[in-house]
Amino acid sequence: MVTALLDDTALRQQAWDIAAGVVDPEIPVLTIADLGVLRDVAVTDGRVEVAITPTYSGCPAMNMIQLEIELALEREGFRGAKVRTVLSPAWTTDWMSEEGRRKLRDYGIAPPAAGSSRRALFGVQEVACPQCGSVNTEVLAEFGSTSCKALWRCKSCREPFDYFRCH
Amino acid sequence: MSIASIQVSETPLVLYALRRADDALILGHRLSEWCGHAPMLEEDMALANMGLDLLGQARELYSYAAEVEGKGNDEDKFAYLRDVRQYRNLLLLEQPNGDFAHTMVRQFFYSGFADLYWRAMMKSDDAILAAIAAKSEKESAYHIRHSSEWIVRLGDGTAESHRRAQSAIDDLWAYTGEMFEADDSEWALIEAGVAVDPATLRSHWLKTVTDVVGEATLSLPKNDWMQQGGRSGRHSEHLGHLLSELQSMPRTFPGATW
Repeated sequence: MVTALLDDTALRQQAWDIAAGVVDPEIPVLTIADLGVLRDVAVTDGRVEVAITPTYSGCPAMNMIQLEIELALEREGFRGAKVRTVLSPAWTTDWMSEEGRRKLRDYGIAPPAAGSSRRALFGVQEVACPQCGSVNTEVLAEFGSTSCKALWRCKSCREPFDYFRCH
Repeated sequence: MSIASIQVSETPLVLYALRRADDALILGHRLSEWCGHAPMLEEDMALANMGLDLLGQARELYSYAAEVEGKGNDEDKFAYLRDVRQYRNLLLLEQPNGDFAHTMVRQFFYSGFADLYWRAMMKSDDAILAAIAAKSEKESAYHIRHSSEWIVRLGDGTAESHRRAQSAIDDLWAYTGEMFEADDSEWALIEAGVAVDPATLRSHWLKTVTDVVGEATLSLPKNDWMQQGGRSGRHSEHLGHLLSELQSMPRTFPGATW
């Protein structure tokens, strides 16, 4: 709970931890901190302002994430928290934490290739199957079930899987 | 009942952002018309995904235009409450979907341009446009890759797919010149380092297009007469029909929410 005894620095840490725990509605194993979407938390006179950065331009999950942050803070006693969107610098999958990549793989989604360069986009893509680890894989559809995913198949274990596309 | 269109203070930067937003919205809307009608499920998802990327780009650009304008307009008002003549998108992008070949050739011509354009815009002195560009260039890269593959598949496919792809190229070619035009209001921004001169992108674009079209065993028209007018609000008959669908709800029920 928010009390007058906590100064803004302590409140900021508390608010950060709450916001950082909000998960992506489409990939509930990833928090917005894992994704690199949580940019900043500021506390002014007890009022919290959270800055997030949008992922894919049209990703509908962003509205949901914004609402979830406000609700999570409200539940912990931060009244009237604001969420603002920061465009610059632009988000990239390179901001996804190592922990986030590991969680994705455990969840059955191949994490994005490191280095979201044009080489990663246009070069030969090598994507390891999140089930068996084989790189003997093939793309089935470049555009998958959400903006951030492509559909792949492992030719070793025959399992289809989602690949989080680099951005 | 319907409601009146908004007034827009078209300063060079507002107009510049609106033109790019209109490009993204109109093409995004066209792609959304395929939803549930594409030749196969994977392609249905691809078209919808590309449309969603473009819609996202449009929202960011409209919001930025609204912020710069500072007259109380917002993304929804720009999209829903401007008339045909107030829209400033490229004529290419409002052309009807036609058959799948027409949709893919339109996408290919535009994405080839957008890919180069957004990459160049990442160096804009305007931090917000540079940030929107950094995102859009990656999305455009996926779009040009996807549409290029289809051009080759269609052109180098059956006699029927070849005929349709060639026909689409012939029909849409005259709309490509407008992508590389800049008027006086844009020149002010180009000189200020905010915008890029699109004419400088043309040779690179033409090389990409020529290479892919060649690989597809198709050819580009010899005729280089180009149609223009979209940037100044003079549109083909198709945009009015598109807007009547896109805007019917907010025009009929002003302020409706759900």
